[in-house]
Amino acid sequence: MSSRRVRLLAWGVVLVLAVLLPFFFNAYRVGQFTQAMALAIAVLGLNLLVGYSGQISLGHGAFFALGAYTSAIAIDDVGVPYLLTLPLAGLVCALAGFLVGLPALRLRGLYLALVTLGLAIATPQIIKRADGLTGGTQGLTIDKITAPAWSGLADDQWLYFVTLVVTVATFVLAAFLVRGRVGRALVAIRDNEIAARAMGVNLARFKTGTFAVSAAYAGVGGALFMLPIGFLAPESFPLALSFAFLAAIVVGGLATIAGALFGALFIEFVPVYAADVDEALAGVIYGGVLILFMYLLPGGVMGLIRKLSSTKTRPRGSDDAEAGAGHRVGGGAAGADRARERVRAQ
Amino acid sequence: MERFVQVIVDGWATGSLYAALAVAVVLIYRSTGIVNFAQGELAMFSTFIAWGLIEAGVPLALALLGTLALSFAGGMLIERVIIRPVEGGEVLTLVIVTLGLYILVNSLAGWIWGFGNRSFPGLFGDSQLDVAGVGIPVESIGIVAVLIGVVGLLFAVFQRTKIGLAMRAVSLNPDSSRLVGISVGRTLMIGWGIAALVGALAGVLLAPRLFLDVNLMGGVLIYSFAAATLGGFDSPFGAVLGGWIIGIAENLAGTYVDFIGNDLKILVPLVAIVVVLLFRPTGLFGSPEVARA
Repeated sequence: MSSRRVRLLAWGVVLVLAVLLPFFFNAYRVGQFTQAMALAIAVLGLNLLVGYSGQISLGHGAFFALGAYTSAIAIDDVGVPYLLTLPLAGLVCALAGFLVGLPALRLRGLYLALVTLGLAIATPQIIKRADGLTGGTQGLTIDKITAPAWSGLADDQWLYFVTLVVTVATFVLAAFLVRGRVGRALVAIRDNEIAARAMGVNLARFKTGTFAVSAAYAGVGGALFMLPIGFLAPESFPLALSFAFLAAIVVGGLATIAGALFGALFIEFVPVYAADVDEALAGVIYGGVLILFMYLLPGGVMGLIRKLSSTKTRPRGSDDAEAGAGHRVGGGAAGADRARERVRAQ
Repeated sequence: MERFVQVIVDGWATGSLYAALAVAVVLIYRSTGIVNFAQGELAMFSTFIAWGLIEAGVPLALALLGTLALSFAGGMLIERVIIRPVEGGEVLTLVIVTLGLYILVNSLAGWIWGFGNRSFPGLFGDSQLDVAGVGIPVESIGIVAVLIGVVGLLFAVFQRTKIGLAMRAVSLNPDSSRLVGISVGRTLMIGWGIAALVGALAGVLLAPRLFLDVNLMGGVLIYSFAAATLGGFDSPFGAVLGGWIIGIAENLAGTYVDFIGNDLKILVPLVAIVVVLLFRPTGLFGSPEVARA
């Protein structure tokens, strides 16, 4: 079988399992998987930005919060149907992402990390200050969402399927984006900006565009994350959330699509089980995993899967995991060559 | 008028604390080109060690000396074990590893000492001098004096000693430094050791004003980054001046701009970073970076 077939088959199996899942678990577990999918959308958005375009954001928790609050305020204050608030959250966050992306054009690497870190730190404070809209420290509550009668589903199952549909749509969209012209341009920017520009890539448009799309993903993820809980407070979006997103893309694999699923499951379930042992354990695991993965598995879980399967079925040249590996040392002429090679390989 | 001066004096003292941590950040950047996101957490960990020693009945001065020595050793160890494998790698890799260290150290401290807060003894007492109606805490004077002393000492080390020369050489060009016989690895270890020591000093100076808990440095770090950015990432003097400017600006904005108040003070360093990076990316005293194709 060709590798493309294998990949489609794997996706098919995952999708069937995902559809069956809510009928085999209790409401609590189904809620957790719903949250994991919402996180996966945000993680995928961050990976588009960091993994593909090479721009570092330590502040995606801010967009996640913005999406969640946009949706909650639209439902609660304006009475917009909750399904319509999802594209609304995406739009608002895309605009915010575009605005953050503008200064990001002139900030590279480290400095962008600093600015976005500041954004993540300031998020809870800003939410508290804007208490007219956000309810401040009191938080916001929305009415419980119920499944429509025709569906015959329990409320938790309904929200699960809503989230599943959005997740599939966002993943397919991302896959098309990165496989085509856009993806090649982004990888070229990441690996050598100067070479990319010389080849005619419009840096400003692609960079701000990626920021907007990435933020929109985070926003939609945030809105979906909030719906089953029905409650929001400034403390829901600590700095640790932004760090968790970063841990998720490193665990799943930088510059991969499917990696977002592994990463999201990791950050959804590790804290749940770690908290049984000690409050601090989840943090110890996150920190340790970030460091160890960068040493041992820079391609993340997806990199490992590809490495294992490529020895049998896949030619090495088409191995995306290499493009996503964290160990791209130095820039210079060698970097430009590699970028060109990779662009051709796709 | 007196109130205005008081606000500036208070801001100046707070700014000195930001500056102390900023100096530690700048030290590592100068010698290794890495911005250590974990710097604040390492300082917090050191402060907990000092607290533990004092609780165990060790005399204050001895406890501080012990903490500084342990921090120096700890900084060297971290460089050797955690940073060395990725040194000279991609910015993204380095950011992720130092962030991992940030989360790891923070959580380890929570595991060992819990998440509650403790009071930490002041080093300079709590009396204050009264100068023409403006109260200047002796503590503030002490902090500024320590800070100036540290930066002066660092300047002497960098400019007048062989190891300082080696550190400057390594940061400029590790390969050529190795060729002329400098042990690059050892030099980098010493750089991290000194930075951890300065960070520990920042921690024990800061802890009496805030309460000591695992998030002691979480809020301070972004101010220190702002200070380092404003001063220029490779200039310790710039970091000190940047810290003072940020501290005073923060206090003025918090007092006189209603919209900002106490809640949104955090926007001051954020805005400062963005503005500096957009209009003068090298900061006030930094040297420009040259990108080669």
